[in-house]
Amino acid sequence: MTIKKTCITLITVFYFLILLPTVSAAAHDYIDITNPFLKKMPIAIPKFAEMSGAKEEKEIAEQCTKLLANTLEFTCYFKILDPASFLEDPRETGIGASNINFSNWRTVGAELLITGGIQIDGDSFLAEMRLFDTFITKRLVGKKYRGNVTDLRTIILRFSSEIIKALTGSRGIFGSKIAFVSTGSGNKEIFVCDFDGYAPSQLTFDSNIALSPAWSSDSSWIAYTSYKKGKPDLYLQHLKDDRLSIVDREGINITPAWQPDKFALAATLSFTGDPEIYMLTGTGKIIKRLTNTWGIDVSPTFSPDGKKMAFVSKRSGTPQIYVMEIASGKVNRLTFEGDYNTTPSWSPSGNKIAFSSIVNGQFNINMIDNTGGNSIQLTEDAGDNESPTWSPDGSLIAFSSTREGTNRIYIMTAYGTDQRRLLMLPGEQSNPKWSLRADRN
Amino acid sequence: MKSKLNVIIAVLFFVSGMLLFSSCETTGSRTGSSATDSSAATTGTARSSDEDLVEEDASRAERVAAMNAFINEDVLFDYDKATLKPEAQEILRSKADWLIKNADASIVIEGHCDERGSTEYNLALGDRRAQSVRMFLMDLGVPRSRMSKISYGEEMPVDRRHNEAAWAKNRRAHFNLE
Repeated sequence: MTIKKTCITLITVFYFLILLPTVSAAAHDYIDITNPFLKKMPIAIPKFAEMSGAKEEKEIAEQCTKLLANTLEFTCYFKILDPASFLEDPRETGIGASNINFSNWRTVGAELLITGGIQIDGDSFLAEMRLFDTFITKRLVGKKYRGNVTDLRTIILRFSSEIIKALTGSRGIFGSKIAFVSTGSGNKEIFVCDFDGYAPSQLTFDSNIALSPAWSSDSSWIAYTSYKKGKPDLYLQHLKDDRLSIVDREGINITPAWQPDKFALAATLSFTGDPEIYMLTGTGKIIKRLTNTWGIDVSPTFSPDGKKMAFVSKRSGTPQIYVMEIASGKVNRLTFEGDYNTTPSWSPSGNKIAFSSIVNGQFNINMIDNTGGNSIQLTEDAGDNESPTWSPDGSLIAFSSTREGTNRIYIMTAYGTDQRRLLMLPGEQSNPKWSLRADRN
Repeated sequence: MKSKLNVIIAVLFFVSGMLLFSSCETTGSRTGSSATDSSAATTGTARSSDEDLVEEDASRAERVAAMNAFINEDVLFDYDKATLKPEAQEILRSKADWLIKNADASIVIEGHCDERGSTEYNLALGDRRAQSVRMFLMDLGVPRSRMSKISYGEEMPVDRRHNEAAWAKNRRAHFNLE
């Protein structure tokens, strides 16, 4: 797939005024999302101009450029160029197209350039930002945002989304969140942070064992397992109000996965004496039993259209990944290599399934076609790597790893490149789950 | 550790209570209440005869030992298995004997795993281990209604080291009185 020629409609969201019309991008290959990390796009982000000269502008301008650079770098699509090499300073020459000598930017290797200016008046904050292609010397995106100084992060993320949309056709991940398990409080509790590890906050205060968070596709519900009442029960919790359902049948009530675009989820229950996967309503009532094989069936994950489900089953003697067609109940075995394959995660594009596999006593993240075949290993020689989860645009995978001793959350591209830690918190972190919604901000 | 100690103390009272009040035993009585009753009464009865006291002590010690064995002896499993090994079956036969003799006792069977494997899969494996134990005890005549099960997966290791010796101890079914 190449860049989509997009006709960007102007949307006014919240209190942001989008004043500058956007020049539609020319048909031009920017980021080939079939192999986007082979060559990173060199981008120059010179310091933003201070437009009114108010003394607090300098610091805020620096914060803006730093956050923008970090945000774009997080996607792994870009190589952020060192400002020390720049031949031109838009703070002096101006931030508009007519003020820019594009050859100065091509000389330092920049294929893309972002200029910006900010203006602060009391609490009110105005940011004007433009993305240029230095070869065709054209503006690809131009936006003006007005808000409060405290909205700085929201504004920068919104502009970043526009950049990614212009270059890839997809809106990116900047509104998404990651839920995970952390032991920092002394117990396993569910936490939530932004896509980039920003603003982690504790969601559960059960003071027991909480596990396996799962987002509904509109990100308004989280399902998880908790021992709050002394045994592993399933909690279905709305994030904004106090709606809560509990599935507390005898035995285990574990491994929830919401069906895309439905108020329904799959989970493993063992009240019959055997762990089987059931389809439940969003309030925890059984719709139907999905698996019917003696032995362990756990860890469901749905295809993006919700018609299929991958899961772990021990029906062949060792834990392996299987795929079921929900309507017919037809099951195919997906993994044949290794004798311990678990925690499948279906890619948002639908054609891949990431999972963790034990080989020689170590867990590594692998990826396989949804039809089986083309299995590749994404992590290697770096402790145990478990519980992969896809970013909503399918470009990144979050997972847990013991590569630095303590179990923590890491991020890599879907090609296994650019592996780095997501965040540092007290205790151990595990079981990350990326929300499906990308466009929330 | 503290909870284990509490259980042992409760068990001591429970056993002495059963010993002394076997004639007026009530089917519904629970560990806690009989513990209080018997401890209050023990002093009076036990002083009636030195001879009786010695016998009772011996008998009590036996019963306490049986009770302790019941609680403290875990059933161990092989890696990624929920099937009962011959030695596990041997232990469970003696547990069944005890359960049949102590018809008032209700138990919780905990299923545990070693740290290897996924958290999610291990929760299911722990459940299967507890289930294997419960089925075996049911076959030996212990009513299902007296045995509940909880899987802790890999969440509650008895030995936190990362080696085969520790893993072998952690792959277990553990027993508690309800």
